[in-house]
Amino acid sequence: MPTAAPGSARGQRLYRDRGVVLRSIKLGEADRIVTLMSEGHGKVRAVAKGIRKTGSKFGGRLEPATHVAFQCHRGRELDVVTQVETIDAHRALREHYGCLTHAVSMLEAVDQVALEREPDPALYRMLERALRTLAEQPSPAVSTAFFWKLLSLEGFHPVVDQCTRCGGPAPFRAWDLRAGGVCCGACVLGGRPMAPGTAETIARIVGGGLAGVLADPPDDRVLGEVERLAVASLEFHSERRLKSASLR
Amino acid sequence: MASVYEGPIQALIDELGRLPGVGPKSAQRIAFHLLKIPPEDVARLATTIVEAKRQVTWCRRCFNFATGDLCTYCLDERRDRTVCCVVEEARDIVAVERTHEFHGSYHVLQGAIAPIEGVGPEQLRIKELLARIGDEGITEVILATNPNIEGEATAMYLARLCKPLEIRVTRLASGLPVGGDLEYADEITLGRALEGRRDL
Repeated sequence: MPTAAPGSARGQRLYRDRGVVLRSIKLGEADRIVTLMSEGHGKVRAVAKGIRKTGSKFGGRLEPATHVAFQCHRGRELDVVTQVETIDAHRALREHYGCLTHAVSMLEAVDQVALEREPDPALYRMLERALRTLAEQPSPAVSTAFFWKLLSLEGFHPVVDQCTRCGGPAPFRAWDLRAGGVCCGACVLGGRPMAPGTAETIARIVGGGLAGVLADPPDDRVLGEVERLAVASLEFHSERRLKSASLR
Repeated sequence: MASVYEGPIQALIDELGRLPGVGPKSAQRIAFHLLKIPPEDVARLATTIVEAKRQVTWCRRCFNFATGDLCTYCLDERRDRTVCCVVEEARDIVAVERTHEFHGSYHVLQGAIAPIEGVGPEQLRIKELLARIGDEGITEVILATNPNIEGEATAMYLARLCKPLEIRVTRLASGLPVGGDLEYADEITLGRALEGRRDL
Protein backbone atom coordinates (compact mmCIF):
# COMPACT_ATOMS: atom_id res chain seq x y z
CA MET A 1 0.00 0.00 0.00
CA PRO A 2 1.55 3.35 -0.95
CA THR A 3 2.15 5.71 1.93
CA ALA A 4 0.47 8.52 0.13
CA ALA A 5 -0.85 11.68 1.57
CA PRO A 6 -4.42 12.60 2.40
CA GLY A 7 -7.38 12.20 0.13
CA SER A 8 -8.17 9.58 -2.44
CA ALA A 9 -9.70 9.09 -5.82
CA ARG A 10 -12.81 7.68 -4.15
CA GLY A 11 -13.70 10.97 -2.54
CA GLN A 12 -12.88 12.46 0.80
CA ARG A 13 -14.37 9.71 2.98
CA LEU A 14 -11.48 7.31 2.40
CA TYR A 15 -8.00 8.55 3.19
CA ARG A 16 -4.48 7.19 3.55
CA ASP A 17 -1.75 8.43 5.83
CA ARG A 18 1.17 7.39 7.99
CA GLY A 19 1.08 7.48 11.74
CA VAL A 20 2.27 6.20 15.10
CA VAL A 21 -0.21 4.29 17.27
CA LEU A 22 -0.56 6.20 20.55
CA ARG A 23 -2.99 3.98 22.42
CA SER A 24 -5.74 1.46 21.96
CA ILE A 25 -8.77 0.69 24.10
CA LYS A 26 -11.15 -2.25 23.98
CA LEU A 27 -14.51 -1.75 22.30
CA GLY A 28 -17.27 -4.34 22.54
CA GLU A 29 -16.47 -8.02 22.05
CA ALA A 30 -13.64 -7.98 19.52
CA ASP A 31 -12.94 -4.38 18.45
CA ARG A 32 -10.60 -1.66 19.61
CA ILE A 33 -10.53 2.11 19.31
CA VAL A 34 -7.00 3.08 18.27
CA THR A 35 -5.56 6.57 18.53
CA LEU A 36 -2.93 7.45 15.94
CA MET A 37 -0.70 10.49 15.57
CA SER A 38 -0.79 10.87 11.81
CA GLU A 39 1.32 12.96 9.50
CA GLY A 40 -1.42 14.65 7.53
CA HIS A 41 -4.53 14.37 9.69
CA GLY A 42 -3.27 15.11 13.20
CA LYS A 43 -4.58 12.87 15.96
CA VAL A 44 -6.99 10.31 14.57
CA ARG A 45 -9.32 8.04 16.55
CA ALA A 46 -10.54 5.05 14.61
CA VAL A 47 -12.27 1.73 15.20
CA ALA A 48 -10.31 -1.40 14.25
CA LYS A 49 -13.04 -3.98 13.80
CA GLY A 50 -12.35 -7.56 14.87
CA ILE A 51 -8.75 -6.77 15.87
CA ARG A 52 -8.95 -8.85 19.04
CA LYS A 53 -9.81 -12.02 17.14
CA THR A 54 -6.80 -14.27 16.51
CA GLY A 55 -7.48 -14.33 12.76
CA SER A 56 -7.73 -10.53 12.43
CA LYS A 57 -6.15 -9.05 9.31
CA PHE A 58 -4.71 -6.26 11.48
CA GLY A 59 -2.88 -8.64 13.84
CA GLY A 60 -0.36 -6.85 16.02
CA ARG A 61 0.05 -3.93 13.63
CA LEU A 62 -2.02 -1.55 15.71
CA GLU A 63 -0.22 -2.05 19.01
CA PRO A 64 0.98 1.19 20.67
CA ALA A 65 4.33 2.59 19.40
CA THR A 66 4.00 0.90 16.00
CA HIS A 67 4.70 3.14 13.00
CA VAL A 68 2.19 2.29 10.30
CA ALA A 69 0.80 3.25 6.92
CA PHE A 70 -2.96 3.08 7.21
CA GLN A 71 -6.18 3.64 5.35
CA CYS A 72 -9.28 4.86 7.13
CA HIS A 73 -12.87 5.52 6.29
CA ARG A 74 -13.92 8.83 7.76
CA GLY A 75 -16.82 8.67 10.21
CA ARG A 76 -18.77 11.31 12.09
CA GLU A 77 -16.92 10.88 15.39
CA LEU A 78 -14.74 7.82 14.91
CA ASP A 79 -13.11 6.74 11.67
CA VAL A 80 -12.88 3.05 10.70
CA VAL A 81 -9.51 1.46 9.93
CA THR A 82 -9.70 -0.48 6.68
CA GLN A 83 -6.03 -1.34 5.95
CA VAL A 84 -2.76 -1.22 7.86
CA GLU A 85 0.85 -1.93 6.93
CA THR A 86 3.76 -1.80 9.33
CA ILE A 87 6.53 0.67 8.58
CA ASP A 88 8.45 -0.01 11.79
CA ALA A 89 7.19 -2.19 14.66
CA HIS A 90 9.98 -0.95 16.99
CA ARG A 91 10.40 -4.48 18.26
CA ALA A 92 13.39 -3.52 20.42
CA LEU A 93 11.08 -1.27 22.47
CA ARG A 94 8.72 -4.13 23.27
CA GLU A 95 11.41 -6.43 24.52
CA HIS A 96 12.85 -4.21 27.23
CA TYR A 97 10.70 -3.07 30.16
CA GLY A 98 12.58 0.21 30.66
CA CYS A 99 12.33 1.15 26.98
CA LEU A 100 8.66 0.29 26.87
CA THR A 101 7.75 2.51 29.82
CA HIS A 102 9.73 5.43 28.33
CA ALA A 103 8.10 4.92 24.94
CA VAL A 104 4.63 4.81 26.51
CA SER A 105 5.35 8.09 28.34
CA MET A 106 6.16 9.77 25.03
CA LEU A 107 2.98 8.36 23.47
CA GLU A 108 0.88 9.59 26.40
CA ALA A 109 2.44 13.07 26.23
CA VAL A 110 1.64 13.33 22.50
CA ASP A 111 -1.89 12.06 23.11
CA GLN A 112 -2.34 14.88 25.63
CA VAL A 113 -1.09 17.75 23.48
CA ALA A 114 -2.14 16.71 19.96
CA LEU A 115 -5.49 17.90 18.64
CA GLU A 116 -7.87 15.64 16.74
CA ARG A 117 -7.89 16.17 12.98
CA GLU A 118 -5.50 19.13 13.27
CA PRO A 119 -2.43 18.29 11.15
CA ASP A 120 0.86 18.67 13.04
CA PRO A 121 3.54 17.02 10.89
CA ALA A 122 6.36 18.39 13.07
CA LEU A 123 4.97 16.60 16.13
CA TYR A 124 4.48 13.38 14.17
CA ARG A 125 8.06 13.48 12.86
CA MET A 126 9.46 14.27 16.29
CA LEU A 127 7.64 11.31 17.87
CA GLU A 128 8.61 8.93 15.11
CA ARG A 129 12.28 9.93 15.34
CA ALA A 130 12.27 9.74 19.13
CA LEU A 131 10.87 6.18 19.09
CA ARG A 132 13.48 5.15 16.54
CA THR A 133 16.25 6.72 18.63
CA LEU A 134 14.97 5.02 21.81
CA ALA A 135 14.93 1.64 20.04
CA GLU A 136 18.53 2.19 18.89
CA GLN A 137 19.85 3.80 22.08
CA PRO A 138 17.82 2.72 25.11
CA SER A 139 18.46 5.63 27.45
CA PRO A 140 16.12 7.60 29.73
CA ALA A 141 17.70 10.71 28.18
CA VAL A 142 15.73 10.11 24.96
CA SER A 143 12.26 10.48 26.45
CA THR A 144 13.45 13.31 28.73
CA ALA A 145 14.78 15.17 25.70
CA PHE A 146 11.54 14.44 23.88
CA PHE A 147 9.54 16.12 26.66
CA TRP A 148 11.71 19.26 26.54
CA LYS A 149 11.48 19.42 22.76
CA LEU A 150 7.73 18.86 22.97
CA LEU A 151 7.41 21.80 25.38
CA SER A 152 9.46 23.89 23.00
CA LEU A 153 7.30 22.86 20.03
CA GLU A 154 4.14 23.76 21.95
CA GLY A 155 5.48 27.25 22.66
CA PHE A 156 7.01 26.73 26.11
CA HIS A 157 10.69 26.82 25.18
CA PRO A 158 12.64 26.59 28.45
CA VAL A 159 14.68 29.62 29.47
CA VAL A 160 18.10 28.37 30.53
CA ASP A 161 20.48 31.22 29.65
CA GLN A 162 19.31 33.86 32.13
CA CYS A 163 17.26 34.12 35.32
CA THR A 164 13.56 34.21 34.43
CA ARG A 165 12.87 36.68 37.24
CA CYS A 166 15.72 39.22 37.17
CA GLY A 167 17.52 38.41 33.92
CA GLY A 168 20.70 37.72 35.87
CA PRO A 169 23.50 35.37 34.77
CA ALA A 170 24.51 31.87 35.96
CA PRO A 171 24.95 30.13 38.34
CA PHE A 172 21.29 29.09 38.52
CA ARG A 173 19.93 27.43 41.64
CA ALA A 174 16.24 26.68 40.98
CA TRP A 175 13.56 26.16 38.34
CA ASP A 176 10.41 28.28 38.08
CA LEU A 177 7.63 26.11 36.61
CA ARG A 178 5.30 29.03 35.88
CA ALA A 179 7.97 31.10 34.13
CA GLY A 180 9.40 27.97 32.47
CA GLY A 181 13.03 28.58 33.24
CA VAL A 182 15.89 28.96 35.69
CA CYS A 183 16.25 31.23 38.72
CA CYS A 184 19.49 32.66 40.04
CA GLY A 185 20.65 32.44 43.68
CA ALA A 186 18.96 35.78 44.56
CA CYS A 187 15.56 34.79 43.08
CA VAL A 188 15.46 31.21 44.28
CA LEU A 189 12.41 31.66 46.59
CA GLY A 190 9.38 29.69 45.36
CA GLY A 191 11.34 27.83 42.69
CA ARG A 192 12.17 24.10 42.65
CA PRO A 193 15.77 23.64 43.80
CA MET A 194 17.91 21.84 41.20
CA ALA A 195 21.25 20.10 41.20
CA PRO A 196 24.28 21.81 39.62
CA GLY A 197 24.57 20.86 35.94
CA THR A 198 20.81 20.55 35.42
CA ALA A 199 20.37 23.82 33.50
CA GLU A 200 23.42 23.06 31.34
CA THR A 201 22.02 19.62 30.40
CA ILE A 202 18.62 21.09 29.49
CA ALA A 203 20.40 23.75 27.41
CA ARG A 204 22.36 21.05 25.55
CA ILE A 205 19.19 19.04 24.86
CA VAL A 206 17.06 21.92 23.53
CA GLY A 207 20.06 23.43 21.75
CA GLY A 208 20.44 20.46 19.39
CA GLY A 209 23.01 18.58 21.45
CA LEU A 210 21.02 15.44 22.26
CA ALA A 211 23.50 13.23 20.40
CA GLY A 212 26.23 14.62 22.66
CA VAL A 213 24.12 13.99 25.79
CA LEU A 214 23.49 10.38 24.67
CA ALA A 215 27.17 9.82 23.87
CA ASP A 216 28.39 11.49 27.05
CA PRO A 217 25.49 11.41 29.53
CA PRO A 218 25.59 13.42 32.76
CA ASP A 219 25.54 11.51 36.05
CA ASP A 220 22.32 9.78 37.10
CA ARG A 221 21.45 12.46 39.68
CA VAL A 222 21.49 15.26 37.08
CA LEU A 223 19.67 13.13 34.49
CA GLY A 224 17.02 12.24 37.07
CA GLU A 225 16.60 15.93 37.93
CA VAL A 226 16.30 16.92 34.26
CA GLU A 227 13.69 14.17 33.81
CA ARG A 228 11.67 15.20 36.90
CA LEU A 229 11.66 18.85 35.78
CA ALA A 230 10.60 17.85 32.26
CA VAL A 231 7.64 15.82 33.57
CA ALA A 232 6.67 18.55 36.06
CA SER A 233 6.84 21.25 33.34
CA LEU A 234 4.81 19.15 30.92
CA GLU A 235 2.16 18.44 33.56
CA PHE A 236 2.09 22.11 34.59
CA HIS A 237 1.52 23.40 31.06
CA SER A 238 -0.83 20.65 29.88
CA GLU A 239 -2.70 20.76 33.21
CA ARG A 240 -2.90 16.96 33.13
CA ARG A 241 -0.99 14.31 35.02
CA LEU A 242 1.34 12.12 32.96
CA LYS A 243 0.15 8.79 34.42
CA SER A 244 2.86 6.65 32.87
CA ALA A 245 5.63 8.81 34.36
CA SER A 246 5.16 7.16 37.76
CA LEU A 247 6.11 3.77 36.27
CA ARG A 248 9.35 4.94 34.62
CA MET B 1 -30.95 9.87 27.85
CA ALA B 2 -33.41 12.15 29.67
CA SER B 3 -35.69 10.59 32.31
CA VAL B 4 -38.92 10.01 30.38
CA TYR B 5 -40.41 7.05 32.25
CA GLU B 6 -42.17 6.61 35.60
CA GLY B 7 -39.82 6.40 38.63
CA PRO B 8 -39.23 2.61 38.98
CA ILE B 9 -39.03 2.01 35.20
CA GLN B 10 -36.45 4.76 34.77
CA ALA B 11 -34.53 3.48 37.82
CA LEU B 12 -34.41 -0.01 36.25
CA ILE B 13 -33.25 1.41 32.89
CA ASP B 14 -30.58 3.48 34.66
CA GLU B 15 -29.28 0.48 36.63
CA LEU B 16 -29.15 -1.77 33.55
CA GLY B 17 -27.43 1.01 31.62
CA ARG B 18 -24.57 0.92 34.13
CA LEU B 19 -23.63 -2.62 33.06
CA PRO B 20 -20.66 -2.97 30.68
CA GLY B 21 -21.62 -3.01 27.02
CA VAL B 22 -25.24 -2.03 27.71
CA GLY B 23 -26.17 1.30 26.16
CA PRO B 24 -29.35 3.34 26.84
CA LYS B 25 -31.32 1.61 24.05
CA SER B 26 -30.31 -1.90 25.15
CA ALA B 27 -31.07 -1.00 28.78
CA GLN B 28 -34.54 0.12 27.74
CA ARG B 29 -35.13 -3.09 25.76
CA ILE B 30 -34.01 -5.33 28.65
CA ALA B 31 -36.08 -3.33 31.14
CA PHE B 32 -39.26 -3.72 29.11
CA HIS B 33 -38.52 -7.41 28.63
CA LEU B 34 -38.20 -7.84 32.40
CA LEU B 35 -41.47 -5.99 32.95
CA LYS B 36 -43.25 -8.26 30.48
CA ILE B 37 -42.10 -11.68 31.73
CA PRO B 38 -43.78 -13.51 34.69
CA PRO B 39 -42.86 -12.24 38.19
CA GLU B 40 -41.35 -15.62 39.17
CA ASP B 41 -38.85 -15.41 36.27
CA VAL B 42 -37.77 -11.97 37.45
CA ALA B 43 -37.52 -13.21 41.05
CA ARG B 44 -35.34 -16.15 39.92
CA LEU B 45 -32.99 -13.80 38.03
CA ALA B 46 -32.78 -11.42 41.00
CA THR B 47 -32.11 -14.29 43.43
CA THR B 48 -29.44 -15.73 41.14
CA ILE B 49 -27.62 -12.40 40.95
CA VAL B 50 -27.79 -11.85 44.72
CA GLU B 51 -26.71 -15.45 45.48
CA ALA B 52 -23.82 -15.34 42.99
CA LYS B 53 -22.60 -12.09 44.49
CA ARG B 54 -22.92 -13.49 48.03
CA GLN B 55 -21.24 -16.85 47.36
CA VAL B 56 -18.50 -16.02 44.88
CA THR B 57 -15.26 -14.65 46.30
CA TRP B 58 -11.59 -14.70 45.34
CA CYS B 59 -9.59 -17.87 45.87
CA ARG B 60 -7.23 -17.21 48.79
CA ARG B 61 -4.33 -18.85 46.95
CA CYS B 62 -4.61 -18.02 43.23
CA PHE B 63 -7.23 -15.20 43.11
CA ASN B 64 -9.45 -17.04 40.69
CA PHE B 65 -13.21 -16.89 41.35
CA ALA B 66 -14.16 -19.35 44.10
CA THR B 67 -17.25 -20.34 46.03
CA GLY B 68 -15.23 -21.25 49.10
CA ASP B 69 -11.82 -20.51 50.52
CA LEU B 70 -10.07 -22.12 47.54
CA CYS B 71 -11.09 -22.49 43.87
CA THR B 72 -11.62 -25.85 42.14
CA TYR B 73 -8.12 -25.84 40.61
CA CYS B 74 -6.42 -25.19 43.95
CA LEU B 75 -8.53 -27.91 45.62
CA ASP B 76 -7.67 -30.50 42.94
CA GLU B 77 -4.89 -32.65 44.47
CA ARG B 78 -4.02 -34.20 41.07
CA ARG B 79 -2.67 -30.92 39.67
CA ASP B 80 1.08 -30.28 39.48
CA ARG B 81 1.84 -27.64 42.12
CA THR B 82 5.41 -27.06 40.90
CA VAL B 83 4.26 -25.36 37.67
CA CYS B 84 2.26 -22.14 37.86
CA CYS B 85 0.54 -20.46 34.93
CA VAL B 86 0.19 -16.71 35.47
CA VAL B 87 -2.80 -15.09 33.74
CA GLU B 88 -4.28 -11.59 33.74
CA GLU B 89 -7.93 -12.44 34.41
CA ALA B 90 -9.89 -15.38 35.79
CA ARG B 91 -11.53 -15.91 32.39
CA ASP B 92 -8.08 -16.62 30.89
CA ILE B 93 -7.94 -19.78 33.04
CA VAL B 94 -10.96 -21.10 31.15
CA ALA B 95 -9.16 -20.44 27.83
CA VAL B 96 -6.08 -22.37 29.00
CA GLU B 97 -8.20 -25.20 30.46
CA ARG B 98 -10.00 -25.66 27.14
CA THR B 99 -6.66 -26.74 25.59
CA HIS B 100 -6.47 -29.80 27.96
CA GLU B 101 -2.67 -29.33 27.72
CA PHE B 102 -1.95 -27.82 31.12
CA HIS B 103 -2.28 -29.62 34.45
CA GLY B 104 -0.47 -27.26 36.81
CA SER B 105 -1.68 -24.49 39.10
CA TYR B 106 -2.74 -20.96 38.23
CA HIS B 107 -2.23 -17.44 39.52
CA VAL B 108 -4.53 -14.59 38.50
CA LEU B 109 -2.91 -11.14 38.52
CA GLN B 110 -6.31 -9.41 38.24
CA GLY B 111 -5.03 -7.05 35.55
CA ALA B 112 -1.91 -6.02 33.68
CA ILE B 113 0.60 -3.21 33.96
CA ALA B 114 -0.91 -0.40 31.88
CA PRO B 115 1.37 2.66 32.10
CA ILE B 116 -1.00 4.87 30.11
CA GLU B 117 -3.89 4.00 32.46
CA GLY B 118 -1.63 4.50 35.48
CA VAL B 119 -1.96 0.83 36.53
CA GLY B 120 1.31 -0.16 38.14
CA PRO B 121 2.68 -3.44 39.53
CA GLU B 122 1.51 -2.60 43.06
CA GLN B 123 -2.13 -2.78 41.92
CA LEU B 124 -1.70 -6.40 40.76
CA ARG B 125 -1.38 -9.65 42.74
CA ILE B 126 2.39 -9.79 42.23
CA LYS B 127 3.45 -9.82 45.88
CA GLU B 128 1.16 -12.80 46.41
CA LEU B 129 2.74 -14.63 43.44
CA LEU B 130 6.25 -14.11 44.79
CA ALA B 131 5.11 -15.37 48.20
CA ARG B 132 3.63 -18.50 46.56
CA ILE B 133 6.86 -19.22 44.69
CA GLY B 134 8.70 -19.29 48.00
CA ASP B 135 6.05 -21.15 50.03
CA GLU B 136 4.75 -23.73 47.53
CA GLY B 137 7.99 -24.87 45.92
CA ILE B 138 7.08 -23.63 42.44
CA THR B 139 9.88 -24.46 39.99
CA GLU B 140 8.40 -23.04 36.78
CA VAL B 141 6.32 -19.93 36.14
CA ILE B 142 4.55 -19.73 32.77
CA LEU B 143 3.77 -16.12 31.88
CA ALA B 144 0.48 -16.33 30.01
CA THR B 145 -0.37 -12.64 29.90
CA ASN B 146 -1.93 -11.26 26.72
CA PRO B 147 0.45 -10.70 23.76
CA ASN B 148 -0.27 -6.95 23.69
CA ILE B 149 1.78 -4.06 25.03
CA GLU B 150 0.30 -4.27 28.55
CA GLY B 151 0.71 -8.04 28.72
CA GLU B 152 4.28 -7.88 27.39
CA ALA B 153 5.18 -5.17 29.92
CA THR B 154 3.73 -7.30 32.73
CA ALA B 155 5.58 -10.41 31.53
CA MET B 156 8.89 -8.55 31.31
CA TYR B 157 8.40 -7.07 34.77
CA LEU B 158 7.56 -10.48 36.28
CA ALA B 159 10.48 -12.17 34.51
CA ARG B 160 12.81 -9.58 36.03
CA LEU B 161 11.42 -10.29 39.53
CA CYS B 162 11.46 -14.11 39.12
CA LYS B 163 14.94 -14.49 37.62
CA PRO B 164 16.85 -14.04 40.93
CA LEU B 165 14.64 -16.74 42.51
CA GLU B 166 16.39 -19.35 40.34
CA ILE B 167 13.24 -20.85 38.88
CA ARG B 168 12.36 -21.51 35.25
CA VAL B 169 10.44 -18.57 33.75
CA THR B 170 8.72 -19.22 30.43
CA ARG B 171 6.46 -17.19 28.15
CA LEU B 172 3.68 -18.53 25.95
CA ALA B 173 4.91 -18.83 22.35
CA SER B 174 3.76 -16.32 19.74
CA GLY B 175 2.89 -17.61 16.32
CA LEU B 176 0.41 -18.01 13.55
CA PRO B 177 -3.22 -18.74 14.41
CA VAL B 178 -4.45 -22.13 13.17
CA GLY B 179 -6.76 -21.57 10.21
CA GLY B 180 -5.27 -18.14 9.47
CA ASP B 181 -3.62 -16.85 6.29
CA LEU B 182 0.14 -16.27 6.17
CA GLU B 183 -0.31 -13.17 4.02
CA TYR B 184 -2.30 -11.47 6.79
CA ALA B 185 0.22 -12.25 9.52
CA ASP B 186 1.81 -9.12 10.93
CA GLU B 187 5.59 -8.75 10.94
CA ILE B 188 6.08 -9.24 14.69
CA THR B 189 3.95 -12.39 14.85
CA LEU B 190 5.56 -13.88 11.74
CA GLY B 191 9.02 -12.92 12.97
CA ARG B 192 8.41 -14.63 16.31
CA ALA B 193 6.91 -17.66 14.54
CA LEU B 194 10.09 -17.97 12.48
CA GLU B 195 12.26 -17.64 15.59
CA GLY B 196 10.26 -20.35 17.36
CA ARG B 197 10.07 -22.76 14.38
CA ARG B 198 10.27 -26.49 15.12
CA ASP B 199 11.83 -29.49 13.41
CA LEU B 200 9.34 -31.86 11.81
